[in-house]
Amino acid sequence: MSVAEIRYIDKPHPMTGVTNSKLGIWCFLASEVMLFGGLFSAYILLRIGAGSAWPEGSHHLNVPLATLNTLILITSSITMVMSWASLTIKNFASFKKYMSLTIFLGIAFLVVKAFEYGAKFEHHIYPSENTFYAIYFTMTGLHVLHIIGGLIVNLYLLFPGSGMWNKNPDQFMGRIEAAGLYWHFVDLVWIFLFPTLYLL
Amino acid sequence: MGDKSHTLPFWKKYIFSTDHKMIGIQYTVTALCFMMVGLLMMLIMRWQLAYPAQPLPGIGGLFGDGNAPGGIVLPEFYNQLGAMHGTIMIFLGVVPLSVGGFGNYIMPLQIGAPDMAFPKLNMASYWVYFVGGVIMLTSFWVSGGAAQSGWTSYPPLANLASFGQTMWLFGMVFLITSSLLGSINFIVTIIHLRVEGLSFFRLPFFVWSQFVTSFLLLLAFPPLEVASILQLMDRLLQTSFFMPSGLVVTGEALTVSGGGNPLLYQHLFWFLAHPEVYVLILPAFGIITEIIANNIRKPIYGYKTMVYSLVFLGFMSFLVWAHHMYLVGMGTKMSMFFQVTTMIISIPSIILLTSLLLSLWGGSIRFNTPMLFSLAFLPMFAIGGLTGLPLGLAGSDIHLHDTYYVIAHFHYIVAPGTIFALFAGIYFWFPKVTGRTMNELLGKIHFFFSFIFMNGVFMPMFIQGLAGVSRRLWDPTQYAHAVPTQPLNEFIFISACGLGLAQIPFIINFFMSIFAGKKVDHNPWKATTLEWVAASPPPHGNFDTVPVVYRGPYEYSVPELNQDFWPQNQEGKN
Repeated sequence: MSVAEIRYIDKPHPMTGVTNSKLGIWCFLASEVMLFGGLFSAYILLRIGAGSAWPEGSHHLNVPLATLNTLILITSSITMVMSWASLTIKNFASFKKYMSLTIFLGIAFLVVKAFEYGAKFEHHIYPSENTFYAIYFTMTGLHVLHIIGGLIVNLYLLFPGSGMWNKNPDQFMGRIEAAGLYWHFVDLVWIFLFPTLYLL
Repeated sequence: MGDKSHTLPFWKKYIFSTDHKMIGIQYTVTALCFMMVGLLMMLIMRWQLAYPAQPLPGIGGLFGDGNAPGGIVLPEFYNQLGAMHGTIMIFLGVVPLSVGGFGNYIMPLQIGAPDMAFPKLNMASYWVYFVGGVIMLTSFWVSGGAAQSGWTSYPPLANLASFGQTMWLFGMVFLITSSLLGSINFIVTIIHLRVEGLSFFRLPFFVWSQFVTSFLLLLAFPPLEVASILQLMDRLLQTSFFMPSGLVVTGEALTVSGGGNPLLYQHLFWFLAHPEVYVLILPAFGIITEIIANNIRKPIYGYKTMVYSLVFLGFMSFLVWAHHMYLVGMGTKMSMFFQVTTMIISIPSIILLTSLLLSLWGGSIRFNTPMLFSLAFLPMFAIGGLTGLPLGLAGSDIHLHDTYYVIAHFHYIVAPGTIFALFAGIYFWFPKVTGRTMNELLGKIHFFFSFIFMNGVFMPMFIQGLAGVSRRLWDPTQYAHAVPTQPLNEFIFISACGLGLAQIPFIINFFMSIFAGKKVDHNPWKATTLEWVAASPPPHGNFDTVPVVYRGPYEYSVPELNQDFWPQNQEGKN
């Protein structure tokens, strides 16, 4: 037995039933809940505080485009799971296909967002316009940054990082699972953002 | 065996190391340097308070005409020193030392692990902290100077401040990121990498304290990140998250959309900043408990109760934040809620203190330097904690809010409290890190004068606060009610100088002992916990054979043994 090895990298811990990276990503997601929770709380406080003076911005947002984005993200979560599932049945080609799809859908989300933001900027509507647009741009902007982060990780796992599949398949699968959990979380945040900002 | 450290190039072994011990040393050295900077800032402020508008002797020319023309500290510079003293001491000094330094070095050893669960993440955490610190320090040199709206950075004032405030906000984003990555590492390491036999209730209290602290850092920091992001949006993109409608600044109405709420910032800020103060104290409690147990040669009284109190304290710390906001006008119902939770949270703190105090009874006490600092912690923390009560009660807080009473209260907890615990930890674990002990005589001199001057600096501030002297005043003599207590400022300044000088024996001792201290074996204190099983200093991978644990952490003076301590990893009684 090697004395300098960190355990539970690719095998689950008997008490928790998960690997280090899976426990770690859940901890990270807990902090992300607090992050977006803080922003949602800010929205609630600002809107209630403004009372009737709240600038009703949701009417001016593009609900059909945002609905499309919602469908894009939900589909990307499905393809993300499929990419992980492909590894469980040791089908690496299928993994590459589904991971590529997930990345493509993520980029599609960003393109739609670029249209949305672009339309606002063309009309000279910036975050400084009023508190509704301030919170709208901040929350969706932070969400966009999280999508970009997830895309960078997924691109890494699809290209340079995929070499680990040959050296340590269990650890690689764990990485895809962790990336998948993160991606689902980012999707979940959007599922809360969409009704809050666009529909209410 | 896996000991490949001797084949690593210099930059990978010392600069970008992934070994928790090297990272712990990096955090310790960096944090101690930052704390020295914070101390020097404090000395300049105390001079200004003791001798308002008098030129700084000797060093006055160092700060330039923009900050101190003719050596006289300008109010703007004073405000920068005030805001940055707090920021540097908390975020660049105490927390990186107690969590990044001690936590990183000692915790994996105490659980028998070869390293942290995520060594590369650990390295990233340190360097992100370092970059954040550089951003914070360089902000002094930008036009308009460093952040100067208090460490609390309340809007609207902070929204309108110069570029240094933007740098503060970016620095905070880096520091928060470092903290979050570190806390994930600590939690996973403690849950997953304990050796066989080391159940949760056999953990040294130090590990428990780092565990709860990590949860506080993980869950409480994001709202401050939100507050920083929103303030950056307000400053850089002219949003009005925190700017109310109709704000007029120097006679001109602001051209922002308005509709914001400054209290939103305060709620987000204090949601972190209250758990942050428990982050400041819990590792200290952990260090103190280890040292007291070792130097009374008997088990800690009420270890299990202490653990339950610790966890309860961590939970409650999320529910008290608005006791920092009693005077904002949020109404008596809200104040009542937070007053109740604040009173409740004092209970676990008292239990922790009482357990340690009761542990001393009947102990065979060794009065070495770490123990002296640990013993002094107890009454100092008691003073700090008890003086929190009139602040936590909304009625009495009306008189004391934002006065020097508050400054005295929290400094008693952090300065002769936490910092004494950190000194104790350095003296205690120095032999493990270096294989040599520090000099006892220099240590006792350091302790004696630090103890006297700490009280000399902070005790008079209670009197000033009760007299109504406000915080963050550049020149108290401008206010009639502050004039009677002005002589105390001279006394405080002289004590502060004494406190600064008292650190010199420590600095000399520290460096001298690294090279010429008395060499000792792996367990000079005859301690029971696992870090003392490893060699001094431990090699890469920590343990030659992975230890197995058979008992709790404080089995001292067990009958029928031929020595007064029973190491956790020793199988039989022999």
